[in-house]
Amino acid sequence: MLNTRTVLFALGSLALTLALVLHSRTATGQAAQPTTEIKVDNFTFSPETLTVPANSTVTWTNKDDVPHVIASTDGLFRSKGLDTDDHYSFKFTKPGTYNYFCSIHPKMTGKIVVQ
Amino acid sequence: MTDHKKFVTTASGVIQHDHNHDGIDRRGFLKCMAWAGTGAVFVAEAGVLKSTALGAEVGSSRKHGNRLSFVQISDSHMGFNKPANPDVVGTLKAAVDKINALPDSPDFILHTGDITHLSTPEQFDTVDQILKSTNKEVFFVPGEHDVLNDDGAMFRERYFKNSKGSGWYSFDKNGAHFVGLVNVMNLKAGGLGNLGHEQLEWLEDDLRAVKHSTPVVVFAHIPLWTVYPQWGWGTDDGAQALSYLKKFGSVTVLNGHIHQTMQKVEGNVTFHTACSTAFPQPAPGKGEGPGPMKVPADQLRKVLGITDVNYVQRRHALALVDSSLA
Ligand SMILES: [Cu+2]
Repeated sequence: MLNTRTVLFALGSLALTLALVLHSRTATGQAAQPTTEIKVDNFTFSPETLTVPANSTVTWTNKDDVPHVIASTDGLFRSKGLDTDDHYSFKFTKPGTYNYFCSIHPKMTGKIVVQ
Repeated sequence: MTDHKKFVTTASGVIQHDHNHDGIDRRGFLKCMAWAGTGAVFVAEAGVLKSTALGAEVGSSRKHGNRLSFVQISDSHMGFNKPANPDVVGTLKAAVDKINALPDSPDFILHTGDITHLSTPEQFDTVDQILKSTNKEVFFVPGEHDVLNDDGAMFRERYFKNSKGSGWYSFDKNGAHFVGLVNVMNLKAGGLGNLGHEQLEWLEDDLRAVKHSTPVVVFAHIPLWTVYPQWGWGTDDGAQALSYLKKFGSVTVLNGHIHQTMQKVEGNVTFHTACSTAFPQPAPGKGEGPGPMKVPADQLRKVLGITDVNYVQRRHALALVDSSLA
């Protein structure tokens, strides 16, 4: 009798635990999907071509000792000057091919393919 | 004045060892790799430009009159603090000390860009403050690091309220015509440095009024000639700009960006790139990429290279000049 409350609490805990388990499974599933990180290192984007599902947020991280600027060739997006270890993110909502380059080192080019 | 001209190929001469037949003096940049914290001094007499390393004897040319002498410094990258040089303030100050110690004080200074590393007002302020102690007029052109976030608006506001377009301009000094060009903006994906149609038209027009016997000095950040396109060391429409300079007897093109000296003579045009006051970069294709190169700390400042300048008189090919002007 004590313990409708305790029982309820226990049930609640169980539900919460289940939810957490389910959630972490989902998280694991997401981690198995293609990466959305692009490393800017030694004046190169890697990977140079990145394929992602629609609504992915892509993040560039500058690992060089000099700044870079991430800019799409058609003007859709453009970062500020990224110093060493700075990040820039952009969310790609629509399928298509997005060409970009470093606007101060234009030999550096890359491509995001959104499916 | 002709007796001051010497056509000598010195030990540090230019294009003597052009094994690759591309007109690039590889010995020149090997020297420069151990040479930071310096600039180059240019002295012109009778329309002939020559240069010498900062700190080397320039000789007293002032007595000859009609003299033009100036210093080129480049790529001070104020704000850079990585292992290749944790003290860019110190090396810029060292360059200034050398300028101030010149026995024959130069008339003014050209800074060929990358004044700052990240285009912040504080970084510009620091450089201005340090250069102030030269008591010299300084003429700037922007590097790509100076126009990171605003297409050069701050740069123009500081240095060129009255300049044209993205910041180009010209002026006359002691009988020579100087042209400062901007080739670090509106760059195209996959391309090199870029001057653009509007600037080229202005240049052609600007040069129209200049006598063909007038020495012309063109300065810009990225080399106007193709040094190493794989690393972006060149200017897409540089050849177009150079075509307007063909009619002049003496043309000197001064650039920075590649953080090493390189020299080439082509017809009437002498090409020269300056060292950085901040950090060296590898010789073209000799490193993984065109980034800062770390050298032993005791090498960074100690070894001063030589920037010999070459010039061509009339149509004589590859005429070289010794650094001694005496
Ligand atoms: Cu870049």
